[in-house]
Amino acid sequence: MIAIVDYGAGNLNSVKKAFDYLGADVVVTAQPEVVAVADKIVLPGVGHFSALSGLDNTGLRDAVLGGVNAGKPFLGICLGMQWLFEGSDEAPEFAGAGILRGRCQPFPSLVKSPHVGWNSLTVRKQSPLLRGVAADSFVYYTHSFQAPVVAATTAASDYGTQFSAVVEQDKIFGVQFHPEKSSTVGLRILRNFCEAEL
Amino acid sequence: MRRNYEMRRVLTKRIIACLDVDDGRVVKGVQFVNLRDAGDPPECAAAHARDGADEIVLLDITATSNKRNTMLDVVSRAARGLFIPFTVGGGIRELADAEAVFEAGADKIAINSAAVKDPTLIGKIAARFGSQAVVVAIDARRVNGGFEVFVAGGRTPTGRDALLWAQEAAACGAGEILLTSMDRDGTRSGFDCELVQKVADAVSIPVIASGGAGSAQDFIDVFRNGRADAALAASIFHFGIENIGQLKCALRAAHVPVRWPC
Repeated sequence: MIAIVDYGAGNLNSVKKAFDYLGADVVVTAQPEVVAVADKIVLPGVGHFSALSGLDNTGLRDAVLGGVNAGKPFLGICLGMQWLFEGSDEAPEFAGAGILRGRCQPFPSLVKSPHVGWNSLTVRKQSPLLRGVAADSFVYYTHSFQAPVVAATTAASDYGTQFSAVVEQDKIFGVQFHPEKSSTVGLRILRNFCEAEL
Repeated sequence: MRRNYEMRRVLTKRIIACLDVDDGRVVKGVQFVNLRDAGDPPECAAAHARDGADEIVLLDITATSNKRNTMLDVVSRAARGLFIPFTVGGGIRELADAEAVFEAGADKIAINSAAVKDPTLIGKIAARFGSQAVVVAIDARRVNGGFEVFVAGGRTPTGRDALLWAQEAAACGAGEILLTSMDRDGTRSGFDCELVQKVADAVSIPVIASGGAGSAQDFIDVFRNGRADAALAASIFHFGIENIGQLKCALRAAHVPVRWPC
């Protein structure tokens, strides 16, 4: 069973719907005990980095980290990917998981922010999450802060600067874009996550 | 070749297909020969997505307010098979209306008159669902050398300046502006590039140009001269552009970056 973690930020219907479409066994839950027994964990998220504080107040942070540490496949989407890093200048007082080095920062002032729309991936290395995804596929973004390119970055995108589009480290996955809104490319990535080995 | 390669490494300009829906049926019709039912919103939305639309906007123009459940059913059925951004507007007056539309499967809501009446509504919806989910629709018309905001389906002048209202909406938490030129709407004489460019320069959030699409050149003009981030058309296939794929090929040939092939 895949648990989509509901920590009170935004609308999770589209993420759930995409997994349903793929025939995955998926639940949306705000309960740490449900997250604890899931085989895989999806951490979605939109909006301000401080929204992730909803994880801390509810015991969900420990449940998610417990699963990640136990080697369960994890997928962070948008803010959920940014959470993997040490933190974000958007809410400096709030710590990310610190699994990946670096902090999320705003886009350079030479481009309009937020970054909204379809941009292309530059695939840096083949990986389980990107299996069957063409090197320059388009994906749908909507975000104001971006994560740096790090060793775990398997695909990047360009918008005023190059930033992490996809990160993968062991069974820890993250995507800055919205796969549930990225047409067939996004569905393929979600399917790859569904098929990731436990 | 090199230029095309580089063009793929940028944020693309979006082509948005709009469905005007009255009492559960698409009314500004699109003549899909391959559809069993040309007026069914979910079928039209799916066909647009297949053809290469980057986004779908569904506007409920139902005159009577007692048919909200019909609308929510339409939204729910359309959302089920859509895996591109899906915006729903029309008749959203308060947070509870927005919640119901999100619950039915919309990714973003568009608000117009209600936001002018109470700008705090923008922030209320953004606080709950994120700014990226809140599109403020502005209907503007040229008046005395400026651009005035109209509400109630364009029937009521507000005396407000469109540029100032766009800035206020952005400050209140809007994620995008859907900007319709009432002067050009339905004329097929091209987008109002001056209006679009002024608003696009006044705000940092994306501006979707609407009203006046008549040819591929109109889209090229509004992206180049209007500096639009996206362009919307309600019945693009009626205007001599056979499908969105052909439009996107024309845009690429003019070096406007677009998502194609999809």
